[in-house]
Amino acid sequence: MSGITESTALWYASRATGVVCLVLLTVVVLLGILVNRQGRLPGLPRFAVTGLHRSISLLAVAFLAIHVITAVADKFVTIQLIAAVVPFTSSYLPFQIGLGAVALDLIAALTVTSLIRARLGRRLWRGVHWLAYAAYPVAVAHSVVSAKDLRSGALLALTVGCVLSVCAAACYRLAAAEYRRRLAFPGWRLGAGR
Amino acid sequence: MAVRLRVNPITCAGHGLCAELLPERVTLDEWHYPVVSGEPVPPELEPLARRAVTDCPALALLLERAR
Amino acid sequence: MTSATTMAWPAPAVNESPGLPRLLPPGALDLDGHVQAYGALCYSGAPRELIEEIRVAGLTGRGGAGFPAAVKMTAVADRRGRPVVVGNGAEGEPASHKDRHLLWLAPHLVLDGLQLAAEAVGARRAYLYVHGHDWLLRGLGHALAERSAARWDRIAVEIVAAPPRFLAGEESALASRVGGGLALPTFKRPPVFERGVGGAPTLVQNVETLAHMALIARFGAAWFRQVGTAAEPGSMLVTAHRADGDSLVSEVPIGAPLAAVLDLGRQPVQAVLAGGYHGAWIPAAQAAALPLANAALRQAGASLGAGVLAALPADRCGLAETAGVLRYLAAESAGQCGPCLNGLPRIAAAFSALSRPGAGRRYLADLERWSGLVAGRGACHHPDGTVRLVRSALAVFSDELEWHLAGRCTAEPPAGDLGSAGEPGLAAVPFLPLPAGDSGSLMPAPPRHGWR
Repeated sequence: MSGITESTALWYASRATGVVCLVLLTVVVLLGILVNRQGRLPGLPRFAVTGLHRSISLLAVAFLAIHVITAVADKFVTIQLIAAVVPFTSSYLPFQIGLGAVALDLIAALTVTSLIRARLGRRLWRGVHWLAYAAYPVAVAHSVVSAKDLRSGALLALTVGCVLSVCAAACYRLAAAEYRRRLAFPGWRLGAGR
Repeated sequence: MAVRLRVNPITCAGHGLCAELLPERVTLDEWHYPVVSGEPVPPELEPLARRAVTDCPALALLLERAR
Repeated sequence: MTSATTMAWPAPAVNESPGLPRLLPPGALDLDGHVQAYGALCYSGAPRELIEEIRVAGLTGRGGAGFPAAVKMTAVADRRGRPVVVGNGAEGEPASHKDRHLLWLAPHLVLDGLQLAAEAVGARRAYLYVHGHDWLLRGLGHALAERSAARWDRIAVEIVAAPPRFLAGEESALASRVGGGLALPTFKRPPVFERGVGGAPTLVQNVETLAHMALIARFGAAWFRQVGTAAEPGSMLVTAHRADGDSLVSEVPIGAPLAAVLDLGRQPVQAVLAGGYHGAWIPAAQAAALPLANAALRQAGASLGAGVLAALPADRCGLAETAGVLRYLAAESAGQCGPCLNGLPRIAAAFSALSRPGAGRRYLADLERWSGLVAGRGACHHPDGTVRLVRSALAVFSDELEWHLAGRCTAEPPAGDLGSAGEPGLAAVPFLPLPAGDSGSLMPAPPRHGWR
């Protein structure tokens, strides 16, 4: 086909990997909630659920890296590499790219802490991991405001589907049975009294 | 140096990964909580034990020197 | 260290034991009365000196574990970092009253001990951990004010209120609460003596232990060993629940006959509970021959614990009484550890079923299985103590158990006869004390000494 320049190829690559990354992040969040609720995937042992959660999150990070690099490398718009990590410093669409930078920073924190979680200790790791509930909405926001084609057609349906499934899973997480079971013990609920 | 697996019963939420990864040292009771054997972990099982410690969703497992 | 070998107040006439009482004066003592009775507080002048005297004296903890005090103090003093000392007066157990009696009658003995222990381990911060009864806090506040006015204390003592829970006095729950958190047991790694309150090495001693320390510092190890046995020297406070319903706190020499402490001959008794609600039952005939000492009690499967003793009248149902205690213990679980929070309510329910005549034998198998599952698998010893009580009850009340399985109960009135739908087999008022309302808030009755 004529008209496909290197720039166009990079641009398409960036947008495509962005969409894939969003879908992968959705799956990661859903799997994370599944792990927390001690759920199982049919035919798989429990360590496979955590294994998938880890593997797919690393895959998402890989796609995220390609998404960033192709966007930066594309000469058609000017996005400095630094703008990918420092929010709102991009020349092109600073707000939209800035949201992406925020999401990337959060995801970087999640990834690094999870790779060294046994060394980090439970409190620190868990505290940072709650940021996942911030990273996901920010990533969605970045995607929706940066990419026009996510706002109509099949990609809109995909985005809405991803967001709805995460919302539903998060509600399920909030209604956590374990929390209620522990509330049944006056010792725990009253904090053993003060 | 011999190591031994130990569980922090407060942070343990009964996920049960440990019993899947290392059934030689961990079994699950009728409430799905781990019964961790105090026997030392032999060197050939040590990588699995370390994986159980790293993969535990509640980070409730630890390896300590067997005295 | 003074060379005095006697105390300056007259022992009450009812007392039969020479050299007693030591800890419980006839009435609450203020600072002047305290000095008159015991003499002035004498700091040893150098850290660790007192520890050696305590080691020779053979003082063990009076909070239930019976751990040698000198070993504990050395362990804390050896740690890097400035230690903290906490006096534990939160007895938590509904059947134990000795700590609040001591804190009411002789607070200055306890506070002296706290200062001496702090000097011995090199602590600069001291706490007193007690249940928050108004009268107690007022009394202690007054005592501290007196000491501060007289410049007695080298270290300021902070009073920390413990919640009215069974586990509030557990060592790691105490360390957590004193450090500003919740009074819930923690995973003891590292142990409290290494990292306790605020991360500092923490010495936790029962208030009675501290009182004994205050006296050893004044009168010496040899004096301390004048009562008690060679292996277990000294005196101890017991809360004795006698068969006639009378409860009293008294100070007895270790090794005193159990039959005398509980006045076992006065009316028919079927069993004795030794060591409180984490203790064990002993058949009456066996108990009547035992001295009040760990050496003998351990052979009967029990231990002194924190000195709680109860004599169960012959016309009560031992299974029903135990079931009531187990329901209480299950409700008092911190609810943090899976095995305990799952196992204890089930154990209590199964035992309650067995305490009603006509229950099926299958509950026994469940009880045995669950007992094996919970013991040793919690962060604290709550499940272990509960299982101990269960196993001893099943052994000691085995005859009654057979009657129940056959559909009868030999108690008067029979268990299962009375009571509303929910309460199996308890007569109108249970014999073993359980909190209904806030019985612990009552001020201690005037003390009775000895065991008469």
